[in-house]
Amino acid sequence: MSTSQTTTTEHHPALAHQFDSMEQQQDASTFGMWVFLLTEIMMFGGLFTAYLIYRLKYYPAFVAGSTSISVGWGFANTLVLIGSSFTMAMAVWAAQKGYRKSQVWLLLATMVLGAAFLGVKAKEYYDKWDECHIPGHVIGKGFNTWGGCSVTNKSLGNIAEEIRDPKHHGNPNIPEGAAEQTARQTEIFFSFYFAMTGLHAFHMVIGLGLLTWLLLRARGGEFGPSYYTPVELGGLYWHFVDIVWIFLFPLLYLISRHQHGV
Amino acid sequence: MSTATAIVKPVMPERHYLNDNYGIRSWLLTKDHKRIAILYLFSISFFFLLGGIFAALIRLHLLTPNGELFQADTYNKLFTMHGVNMVFFFLIPSVPAVLGNFLMPIMVGAKDLAFPKVNLLSWYIYMVGATFSLIAMVSGGVDTGWTFYAPLSSGYLRTHVIAMAVGILFAGFSSIFTGLNFIVTVHRMRAPGMTWGRLPLFVWANYAASLIMILGTPVLAITLILLALERGFHIGIFDPKLGGDPVLFQHMFWFYSHPAVYIMILPGMGVVSEIVTCFSRKRVFGYSFIAFSSIAIAVFGFVVWAHHMFVAGISVYSALVFSLLSYAVAIPSAVKVFNWTATMYKGSVKMDTPMLYAVAFIGLFTIGGLTGLFLAALGLDVHVHDTYFVIAHFHYVMVGGMVTAYMGGLHFWWPKLTGRMYPEAPAKLAAIVTFIGFNLTFFPQFILGYLGMPRRYWAYPPEFQVLNVLSTAGASILSVGFILPLLYFLYSLKYGEVAGDNPWQATGLEWETSSPPPTHNFHQIPVVTKEPYAYGEDAEVPVVH
Repeated sequence: MSTSQTTTTEHHPALAHQFDSMEQQQDASTFGMWVFLLTEIMMFGGLFTAYLIYRLKYYPAFVAGSTSISVGWGFANTLVLIGSSFTMAMAVWAAQKGYRKSQVWLLLATMVLGAAFLGVKAKEYYDKWDECHIPGHVIGKGFNTWGGCSVTNKSLGNIAEEIRDPKHHGNPNIPEGAAEQTARQTEIFFSFYFAMTGLHAFHMVIGLGLLTWLLLRARGGEFGPSYYTPVELGGLYWHFVDIVWIFLFPLLYLISRHQHGV
Repeated sequence: MSTATAIVKPVMPERHYLNDNYGIRSWLLTKDHKRIAILYLFSISFFFLLGGIFAALIRLHLLTPNGELFQADTYNKLFTMHGVNMVFFFLIPSVPAVLGNFLMPIMVGAKDLAFPKVNLLSWYIYMVGATFSLIAMVSGGVDTGWTFYAPLSSGYLRTHVIAMAVGILFAGFSSIFTGLNFIVTVHRMRAPGMTWGRLPLFVWANYAASLIMILGTPVLAITLILLALERGFHIGIFDPKLGGDPVLFQHMFWFYSHPAVYIMILPGMGVVSEIVTCFSRKRVFGYSFIAFSSIAIAVFGFVVWAHHMFVAGISVYSALVFSLLSYAVAIPSAVKVFNWTATMYKGSVKMDTPMLYAVAFIGLFTIGGLTGLFLAALGLDVHVHDTYFVIAHFHYVMVGGMVTAYMGGLHFWWPKLTGRMYPEAPAKLAAIVTFIGFNLTFFPQFILGYLGMPRRYWAYPPEFQVLNVLSTAGASILSVGFILPLLYFLYSLKYGEVAGDNPWQATGLEWETSSPPPTHNFHQIPVVTKEPYAYGEDAEVPVVH
């Protein structure tokens, strides 16, 4: 443990009383953040495990559900998030160097990209609403409301048709009843779609809050070569949330887009 | 204290963490880990009392076979709220959040935990969770059982499941933050010379429990979120009617809730390690074995969860593996018991109150642990599953083990917390009354369970009445054992003898600082130069500042 060998940082205003030195403080804070991210991994891990089990159990329905959501928007959002990770990493670098203006602009850029992601997500959620793909029967027009809801070309009835339609990589040999049943089972897929992307979006909202706080502090010129831990930790969190999406995108949008199962 | 140091009458230090500043603000906005520990002490004592009242009502009801006191629905609510309160709002935070919070930084020689604000936040989060659970209770209660099995909880019962789930979710986050703080503190805040091999065993035990808190609790969080989503929005996750799988709920629930019993027992084991060593006046036997057995319990604890599900329709092969792994947990547990007894062997054992509790712990935990092996056996488990045998086993470990250790620890460190001694005679009486009352309450339940009385039943066949009356009688004795300490602890706050820095002549950094400690724990950060339990002839007496 470092004792009082550092003299220059001893009286740094950001040094909390329980630490001996800025090095110890940064070291402990970073370690704490990694431990926190570990808990996040376990939390998402539980959700991913449940997803995996139902994906195996209802594979054809997961394929059908996955095919019905817009891979284009999902891909666009993936790019947006990767871009935001880049600007975030640059913001950490700017904080380390003490470039105050670049910090502010880079943090702002990260926030704009994060907000853009949430905007696209909101649009996708609205589409689900429109297409009667909200699972359960509490929110939305009700899943499985056959006929009454088939106003768009992505409604459930059409999922059942697509499962049998060779133009959509479907298999015409599947009996109509089985295709309908599979279409109904997509409700489980959408349950996970909303639970997983919802929890992720919730983390994005928290992240935007953190970035706002960092932005205010960066504007005040708090961060520089001797103290940039908050920006670094905010960055760690932001990258983590991005990585979750990197897993979510293929798991939800890219399930076997070439063929419907049986 | 009839030792040499008692010649000079100890005096209270002029300034300490309790009188450093005054007023409600100085408590509610404190970042001092010692004050936060006291906040936790009050909160969890409240829930202990509440859970105890529910337990008393359950025992009263079971005096007669026909269920004459409460309606069946009310009875379901009583055992549910007893379980939820005791497990999530008392047992899990008990030793870590009170004694751990107070002692961990001092024991490693730090001025505070690594993140004091997060520590305070954890108490507030706990209080938010507590509020939700109280709202659920006063607005009609919950009757799912503390295990919240779906789809009963997610689709059928019309009680306040979501509010209770949210309450537990918050309590869970509070324990995540406590665990995170402990882990970082142990890794990054140790005083010069405080190597891993010199850490007190209490620190090792809480470190191991913290590992479970940070790795297990998030899984409970996501399970409860999914449960609430299914209940609130009727999406299908666990309810087979909606395409879900109820066994998945049990897997996810027990993935946390089995390791959670080790969150509850490990810190208690840490307390016992400290007490046994101090009151045997001997070096602890097998320091590294006790230390690493804590880690081993934490690790094994994560791979045994499905032994709760032997009759839930899991495959025979997975049941075999889980049964075998459950047996493996007995090894590190036994290592501890043997090392404690070996420490006492040929020691100058002094049966003061903390030691009475510690010795009671060793006996009761051994019974609780051994009956756990009965339950891990595939054949026998089918017979005793969901009977009072399980109840008795669980309470031997949780009450006989954990609560006993908590009481022992509270007595042991009471002089450090408050600067004053509790009165010894009533304390010894309370320890003995607790031990007798406990055994009378729960031993008959082993027999009841073996004879086939199912748990959670509102009424029972008349031939079980004698054992049930015994159990209820024991419970009333047990309650005396818990009320007594409340009285004399309060009494000692004003009238207790001034304790001095080290009333037990114990080793460890917490005894080198004043009682109660100053706000920053030490007047000067200590430099550690010796092993943790340097008792015995060639050990030097620790320097008192």
